[in-house]
Amino acid sequence: MSHLLEIKDLQVTFGGLDALSGLNFHVDEGEIVSVIGPNGAGKTTFFNTITGLVEPTGGDILFQGDSVLGLEPNEITSLGIARTFQNVRLFPNMTILENVMVAQHCRTSQNVFGALFQTKAFKKEEEEIRQRGEEILSFFGSRLVGYRLDQAAFMLSYANRRRLEIARAMATQPRLMLLDEPVAGMNPSETAELTELIGRLRSEWGFTIVIIEHDMAVVKNVSDRVVVLDHGVPIASGSFEEVSTDPDVIEAYLGRPVESHS
Amino acid sequence: MTTLPSTLLLDWKRIFKWGPICAAALLFVSLVGMPIKLDPKSIISPLLSLGYVSLFWLPLIFGYIASSRVVLEGVETSKPGLSDLLTGVLTGAIGGAGLTLLMLGIENFDIRDPLINWSPQLLEVLAFGARDLNSAVWIGIGGALGLVGAALNVIPESLRRVVSYGSFTVLAVAIFEPALDDMSEGFRLEWLIELIFQKRGGLKLWPAIILASLIGLISVISKGKVKKAVAQYREQEGSQKKQTSYVLFGIVAVLGIVLPIFMGTYVNSLLANVGIFLLLALGLNIVVGLAGILDLGYVAFFAVGAYTTAVFTSELSPFFAPGMTWALSLVFVVILAALTGLIIGAPVIRMRGDYLAIVTLGFGEIIRLLFLSDFLKPYFGGAQGILGIPGIDLGFVYISGTDTRGIFYLVLFFCALAVYVSWRLQASRLGRSWMAIREDEQVAEAMGINTVNSKLMAFVVGAVLASFAGAIMAARVGSVFPNSFMILISIVILVVVIVGGMGSIPGVFVGAFVLIGILGGPKQPGLLQEFGSLKLLVYGMLLVYMMLQRPEGLVPSARRTQELHQEEFLQDSWLKGTDAEDEEQPVEGEEAQI
Ligand SMILES: Nc1ncnc2c1ncn2[C@@H]1O[C@H](COP(=O)(O)OP(=O)(O)OP(=O)(O)O)[C@@H](O)[C@H]1O
Ligand SMILES: [Mg+2]
Repeated sequence: MSHLLEIKDLQVTFGGLDALSGLNFHVDEGEIVSVIGPNGAGKTTFFNTITGLVEPTGGDILFQGDSVLGLEPNEITSLGIARTFQNVRLFPNMTILENVMVAQHCRTSQNVFGALFQTKAFKKEEEEIRQRGEEILSFFGSRLVGYRLDQAAFMLSYANRRRLEIARAMATQPRLMLLDEPVAGMNPSETAELTELIGRLRSEWGFTIVIIEHDMAVVKNVSDRVVVLDHGVPIASGSFEEVSTDPDVIEAYLGRPVESHS
Repeated sequence: MTTLPSTLLLDWKRIFKWGPICAAALLFVSLVGMPIKLDPKSIISPLLSLGYVSLFWLPLIFGYIASSRVVLEGVETSKPGLSDLLTGVLTGAIGGAGLTLLMLGIENFDIRDPLINWSPQLLEVLAFGARDLNSAVWIGIGGALGLVGAALNVIPESLRRVVSYGSFTVLAVAIFEPALDDMSEGFRLEWLIELIFQKRGGLKLWPAIILASLIGLISVISKGKVKKAVAQYREQEGSQKKQTSYVLFGIVAVLGIVLPIFMGTYVNSLLANVGIFLLLALGLNIVVGLAGILDLGYVAFFAVGAYTTAVFTSELSPFFAPGMTWALSLVFVVILAALTGLIIGAPVIRMRGDYLAIVTLGFGEIIRLLFLSDFLKPYFGGAQGILGIPGIDLGFVYISGTDTRGIFYLVLFFCALAVYVSWRLQASRLGRSWMAIREDEQVAEAMGINTVNSKLMAFVVGAVLASFAGAIMAARVGSVFPNSFMILISIVILVVVIVGGMGSIPGVFVGAFVLIGILGGPKQPGLLQEFGSLKLLVYGMLLVYMMLQRPEGLVPSARRTQELHQEEFLQDSWLKGTDAEDEEQPVEGEEAQI
């Protein structure tokens, strides 16, 4: 059986700097895989390349067996890959509900004529978009629903913005979800809550998940498998226990003992 | 020894800052020729003409500014008093001294060559028509006006309302004189017009005073009620708000349909002009206000609409003259405008911001130059254009180009259509995608929105609405020439949208009525015909003022206000104790396992 996402020998260069080189990677349906690595290791670049925001200089990306190279970001999203951003990038002046409604764009089809003539199909689709939006938002408990539905996104607290970003990714109805440091900046209790939600994203919604995270407690809790990147090169992969005791990984995080002493 | 009371300590810095600015403003206004050009327009006859208003308001405003205090919350300030009045007087006097110098200058030197308004004519106006008036009089006038300005700061709030509302009303009534005059016939109110206006134009003195005090009185009685009503309307919930909106809309619609019956040719033709620009502005509002595409070549679609109508309806079309009726030609207008939208849009839409603006500007000119070119002369008549466009035959009624009332109704219909289109699209899948693109194009794309298609759609919808305006325009004038589609039109429409309030339909209405109705379009006279070539100057000043003071426009859309004032919104909700920062309840049990 082929992998849901398979990456072969991926190469990304920014003006002489190899952000990623020789990266091989795969995710199977139903897995939760963590990507970790020190700052600047190329993790975000990895996501940007998969979602079509950055063009690779070499290698191939296969989603459900087909290459996604050269596709526009929106086409990749409609194939079923959704993401969040490390530096939360909501549509700040749209309401919370609108944020999740607009993300259903690629799953809906009504256009100018439906809107102008208020056709039955148009009204039905609008209603469905709204309902699905509310359903997704209620996944996060009472935090994003009720009176908040019609509040502008910039009014939200930091943690809620992160939640809304996940909700927005869910609204694109993906098969694969890429979460870039979803708990960054959250306090311990918020982190614990979101860790549990990430598990439920798989069990209840059936998403396959790749997650970039610096918080090792989260990584340990959610991941089936961990991949470690350093300077754009994968240096280890396996279960959390295997990876966390790998000398290469420890070295990447702590630096070479000899170097740091001299 | 006596010491000056501390209240008489003057803030010289402010005086010497605002005084010279006031003088410079007065010199500028004089030398661009406003007093001369606007003198024929009488406000209160024979005391005050618009020319003098253009001078008098400056010392008044600057006196007001110089003497107003920065009020910081929680900081005690001394009561406004004598020193403020003096500040106003001195500021105004320094300003007036500028005109004194100007008069002396004109008497003794001749630099008419670069400054065409450096003329005896200006001198005459500045001397109030008197032969040998001492030019120092302007220092006194400036001081007096500065005093009035400063007094506005000192007098109690209610008195200030009376004065400002009263004078604004007089000014407005005088400006609307030609329109009122024209309408009086329909309402059988000629006697009223005769009562309050002089034959030669301008309000009579007593009616002006009565009018001002009446309105002043009303403004005091109704103080705050309007604001409250608006706030109430804003706070209404869902269905109730909808109901109020429908009622308001109904009233406007009925007025729009009934009033023209009572109005004469003058007002109807004025309204038809306003309507054509309103239609254009509503279309551009979709492109700029909703989709965020800064299109500076919007006039291209106006031209395509007009030329398509000309070719398909006129018997004199040089190459291809099917001589269709206007209604039938509209089908082709829509198709061709949409096609042009696609053709221009496709290459342009991928660009961002400034690049897009410049390229659309270019395309706007290219379309005009194509119609003008020798190459296409056999088809479109080059500079001679296409003549002989018949009136509008809708089957059940015929509207000739000179039937201003009929044209107005037609324009009204298409404006209603444009409003409907904006309203429906805004609340649709497409409208939401425009919003998202405006906020963050890259993220919108990453969230699955085909940004190119969405923006192209906005471009096409805008193009079709503009082409309707073109089609009406062609039939109204009976001819089309390339030079009716100058770049200036694009700019004026954009100014209407910006001044009114981007993305706000009521804003666009207000913008069109104020700018096109009062000042006039690029070639169309407004109520204040006297402005003539000064119109563009006023447009520019208004635009600069709006950008600095009120970038969201006169009647802003709620969303745009929010975009421009995020910080304040956050502060408000924080002060109200609602939840900009909401308290996170800790999750049951453990403090997370770390
Ligand atoms: N658009 C870009 N242009 C040039 N260089 C870039 C660009 N994006 C990333 N880089 C560089 O690529 C390298 C990898 O960056 P990336 O953001 O992928 O790291 P990261 O692993 O996500 O780090 P962090 O943990 O800090 O988020 C860095 O050296 C960065 O400076
Ligand atoms: Mg990163």
